[in-house]
Amino acid sequence: MTPEAPGVLILGYGNPGRLDDGLGPALAEAIQARSLPGVTVEADYQLTVEDAAELARCGTVIFADADAAGPEPFSMTRLEPSSRPLSFSTHSVEPADVLTLAVELFGAEPEAWVLGIRGYEFDAFGERLSERARTNLDAAVQYLVAAMSAGKFQEVRPTGGINRPDPTGEEDPWQTDSA
Amino acid sequence: MATATRRIVIQPVTRVEGHGKVTILLDEDNQVTQSRFHIVEFRGFERFIQGRPYWEVPVLVQRLCGICPVSHHLAAAKAMDIIVGADQLTPTAEKMRRLMHYGQTLQSHALHFFHLCSPDLLFGFDAPVAKRNIIGVIAEYPDLAVQGVMLRKYGQEVIKATAGKKIHGTGAIPGGINKNLSIAERDTLLKDIGQMMEWSRGALKVAKDYTVEHLDAVADFGSFPSNHLSLVRADGALDLYHGDLHAVDAEGNVILDHVDYTDYLDYITEEVRPWSYMKFPFIKSLGPEKGWYRVGPLARLNTCDFIDTPEAQAAFEEFRAVTGGKTNNITMAYHWARMIELLHSTEKIQELLDDPDLQGTDLVVTGERRDEAVGLLEAPRGTLFHHYKVNDRDEVVMANLIVSTTSNNEPMNQAVAKVARDHIAGKAEITEGLLNHVEVAIRAYDPCLSCATHALGRMPLEIQLLDANGNLIDRKLKQ
Repeated sequence: MTPEAPGVLILGYGNPGRLDDGLGPALAEAIQARSLPGVTVEADYQLTVEDAAELARCGTVIFADADAAGPEPFSMTRLEPSSRPLSFSTHSVEPADVLTLAVELFGAEPEAWVLGIRGYEFDAFGERLSERARTNLDAAVQYLVAAMSAGKFQEVRPTGGINRPDPTGEEDPWQTDSA
Repeated sequence: MATATRRIVIQPVTRVEGHGKVTILLDEDNQVTQSRFHIVEFRGFERFIQGRPYWEVPVLVQRLCGICPVSHHLAAAKAMDIIVGADQLTPTAEKMRRLMHYGQTLQSHALHFFHLCSPDLLFGFDAPVAKRNIIGVIAEYPDLAVQGVMLRKYGQEVIKATAGKKIHGTGAIPGGINKNLSIAERDTLLKDIGQMMEWSRGALKVAKDYTVEHLDAVADFGSFPSNHLSLVRADGALDLYHGDLHAVDAEGNVILDHVDYTDYLDYITEEVRPWSYMKFPFIKSLGPEKGWYRVGPLARLNTCDFIDTPEAQAAFEEFRAVTGGKTNNITMAYHWARMIELLHSTEKIQELLDDPDLQGTDLVVTGERRDEAVGLLEAPRGTLFHHYKVNDRDEVVMANLIVSTTSNNEPMNQAVAKVARDHIAGKAEITEGLLNHVEVAIRAYDPCLSCATHALGRMPLEIQLLDANGNLIDRKLKQ
């Protein structure tokens, strides 16, 4: 991919050794196998700050991750930069953090999306996806291939799932809610 | 007391098995009587790899930690070298592994310094948390922030060229490696090495200047006398990939004098304490009370005699001069030591890229098969121990790992205790100053809770304040 021909960057992340946490890399592998023109695919255990430099070279970025509590089979959510500081001591960053770094450090303006694929089993070591997670993965791959072919992405938000914190998290990093 | 009715509500954290928690116990006069840094540990990885064939282990152990998979990959590979009887790797294999390891150290140290600790140094510990973060650095020091990302990216490119893919990397295999460095890969990396050297020098200058200019303030901050342990090369040089176990005490007296690390169980053991899932390693001969030790950049610069690259050696001499050549026990000096190692890693990468052995084709050796092996190396955060037993069906039947953050468990507890005593100041609440200072003290060690807990994910920090009866009177959590 070059700056003259911005394409789609898919970042699939998660730990394939922790069951359904491997959904992101599994999606990356499935898309990579299709060798789609204009599509760059990366897989990693987790997002890192240098991913921001890659965002500066693409027109659209899709962060693909397992979702432990979201709707089935997957959700597709538009992402905006975050003003939240990076967390306490981790070397892992959230999609909004990477996007923010890309915007602030490299002047990037990619269209950014989070693809959350619903998973169910995370609390053990094992290199396999649960049956339901694999079904959800297939649906996500099918959607993504069609969307990239059409050159257009849109919000996908099936009903269901468990309420959870906003992934863009604009909250005070030290959460104190005195009663 | 009035604050006893105050309740802090904590937002639940999903998909996080491991986190750090600080509890501080006060007496009736609100003076600190006890403080503890807990890490909720998820152990199960050792069982996970039991029954797997030994040659899969260097790949499987990368699942332990998304932060330092290369360290686990290489420590396991070193152990499996012994299993396959490879007592001496080929020059190409050893140098490729070293290149991979220096790439890992470069990217890890760069990320920690530029994006996690530089806000503390550039803005001060007492700066508002809303400013004391990478966004604040971007606003006021944009060049520094870009350099951090690009140094990290370069280190990752070194890893990719030596290990293959980011996930399922297979560069190191039992007895050697599975690829050399092509001329094209070498030239790509050489193209930017001059820039990386310049930025590494700049990062070292920031860390050194800060420490020297604020020496009065940082010398006592979270500091305490301690033992220090690391691998050291036989001639006394700093060596991040291989060496003997060497330990000194707070005064510089030698405790372990270049002992063979495969005998680590003769010298190191781990204590279990009822309030923590994470173990507390200590040097056997000194016992649990006096035998705990620090690992990581500060420890390495205290145990080695010299550094075998010229610019890092010059920086090392300046570093040692601050304490008159004696052991440096200043917790905040970890940052300066880490940047000396960053420059050393960049120098080493440059040296290796110019070495034609990297294009050699003799990649693997084998010998007499063994059934037990120990592999150690100096990971970015400190000494990493991997120990395995393999049966005659080539299956792993025992695995024991001691990660760097576990070795730094007691030192981090000591640092938190010091900070708590210095900053609670009779108040029965968690002040912003206490929060900031606890955070800064722990961060100096660059703890990898993912490694220590064997879980991937974010690492929130929780602080609890307990009254004399053990009742919770204040609690805060940083995601």
